[in-house]
Amino acid sequence: MDRILFGDNQFFGINHMSEEKARAQAIRFADIQEIIDLLDAAYDSGIHVFMCTTHDRIAEVCAHVRLHPERYSKLEFYPCMPYAHKYANAVTEHGTIEALKRFLPAEGALSALVRGGVSVARRDVEGMARLLVDAEMKMFSGLKTPVIFLQNVVTDLLLGMGIKDAFRIFADHVRDRYKAEPGFITMNLPRLLDVLEQVGIENPIVCANMNKLGFRMCGGIDQYEKVIASRKFRPVAMSVLASGAIDPREAIEYVCSQKKIESIVFGASSKSNILNTKRLIDEYSVA
Amino acid sequence: MLNVGLIGLGKMGLSHLAIVNTHPAVKLVGICDSASYLCSILHKYTGIEVFSNYREMLNKKSLDAVIIATPSRFHGEMVREALNRGLHVFCEKPFCLDVSDGLDLAELAERKGVVNQVGYHYRFVGAFNEAKRLLDAHALGRLHHVRVEAYGPVVLRPKGATWRSKGSEGGGCLYDYACHAIDIVNYLVGRPDAVSGTVLNRIFSRDVDDEVYATMHFADGMTGMIAANWSDDSLRRMSTQVTLWGTNGRMVVDRQEVKTYIRAAAGSAVAAKEGWDIRHTTDFHSDVWYYLRGEEYSAQLDHFFQCIVEGRRENISSFESAVQTDCVVSAMLQNAGEAWRQVDSGSRSPTLSPNGSGGFLSAVMGR
Repeated sequence: MDRILFGDNQFFGINHMSEEKARAQAIRFADIQEIIDLLDAAYDSGIHVFMCTTHDRIAEVCAHVRLHPERYSKLEFYPCMPYAHKYANAVTEHGTIEALKRFLPAEGALSALVRGGVSVARRDVEGMARLLVDAEMKMFSGLKTPVIFLQNVVTDLLLGMGIKDAFRIFADHVRDRYKAEPGFITMNLPRLLDVLEQVGIENPIVCANMNKLGFRMCGGIDQYEKVIASRKFRPVAMSVLASGAIDPREAIEYVCSQKKIESIVFGASSKSNILNTKRLIDEYSVA
Repeated sequence: MLNVGLIGLGKMGLSHLAIVNTHPAVKLVGICDSASYLCSILHKYTGIEVFSNYREMLNKKSLDAVIIATPSRFHGEMVREALNRGLHVFCEKPFCLDVSDGLDLAELAERKGVVNQVGYHYRFVGAFNEAKRLLDAHALGRLHHVRVEAYGPVVLRPKGATWRSKGSEGGGCLYDYACHAIDIVNYLVGRPDAVSGTVLNRIFSRDVDDEVYATMHFADGMTGMIAANWSDDSLRRMSTQVTLWGTNGRMVVDRQEVKTYIRAAAGSAVAAKEGWDIRHTTDFHSDVWYYLRGEEYSAQLDHFFQCIVEGRRENISSFESAVQTDCVVSAMLQNAGEAWRQVDSGSRSPTLSPNGSGGFLSAVMGR
């Protein structure tokens, strides 16, 4: 994995600090060209990975990149799936079954599931899970996706419910079908590491909040530091700036002092912020 | 360890399942839903015992507490059944579609001496609690107006197949969105004494309201406005904002931020500074043992379990307080059918007319 990954929260009105800011960003990035300009700025600064949600609008970015293969010869996507609001809103609007129907390409698996009633077969569930992954991956066709992440809402829902096999199913499918490394985003790092170990996913790529404030680091900052230092996994740090609550230099110095952290993902909505953050990461990553 | 059962595996039920299942002081011993395929999958992959009938679960399992996350029309019966067995009860919102039912249950819970809570999770959001702290200390002086707005994307097309599209089951923007807005107002400044000018409009739905507007009147002359619309997809999820005006200034609060404007002359000892001051969720956030979608979902369940373990009777979001929210909802439903004043066109004297054909409520609310 690259050291620096460019994130996409800013493009979709996601800001953990301020609704106003989130809206301003959503308005600005309603124009796809604005997204592409910023991506170009990141790419030209030497950040060659775009870690992005499988939001419908990312499909437009993918189409643009496919059209200009030379311009983006080094660009890799790390898709993060699914874009959960898409599913949550559909379940609210249509109910679970109808929502699933809408997202599944083939009718077969689902009908079997519903007809099967009390004795739903594992292979049906697993087949359906694979179909859902494939549906999310469609937009990246022809592009480089060496790491594919499971979004935290889904990771943490499955983790909490105790559906441990799901991680195995996801990992196997991502490896077999896409020749990619599976990644897992979580807000509950220590607990997830235990479970991934239990289901035999070795040295997993795990992305979690890692910031000096301990903001949204379930289990506490001390435990996070401990597992980062001692457990065998490939940590990707997100929310390193805690949505701007920490001074950038302090924030990057902290995250770079955790030597085992392999990659850092950050989002920014201006070229200067991209350059500044990248410069800081480069500076503190030297030692 | 507390033995807990969960009834209802819709969106909130699944979320509760994940959160409860990880709580260090709780053992989730049974889950229940009428969708057998869902129960079957969950049983296969988690090993948790599943039931298709909640009474069977209550009969067979030795429970301390139950979480009820079914559509609201089932709440009355299920809560009563659980209370009669002496169980502590956490119930999803809105509490009861019938206020008298809610009052009975609140009283029964009181008599049984069990912990009772309703899932108004905004009461567990750090920013709203900071707002409450400031308001309780009169940082804004005498309050004279409160405005609460809740917008988000639920119904965006003229179609609806779930219980949320049926008023008789607790669907509609009033029950789904507005009651959160009403409840947070009740929490922050107390319950209004009266409502007027209630508008329940359909945008896409056939049978229920998609937007709600009303004026609220409080005991001390303070007024309030509520606006809720669940057909607004300019937001990616439900977003609720409360704005308050007082003699000393103004406050705007949502899940992420508390913004205060304190007048220079106010001399407030509570507020941090004069003029605008903005503080963010990172300033108020408190650690939870498990995070899914927001700290407040974990915090409210932790509060419920803590109250049980410590034998505490007072609850931040009790049945009693949830019934107060149901009372306001009920008042709005009745008010929506009441008279409005025709605008005088100048050619004849103003008249007081009944609201439309009088069929609006019966059409919208299935009455």
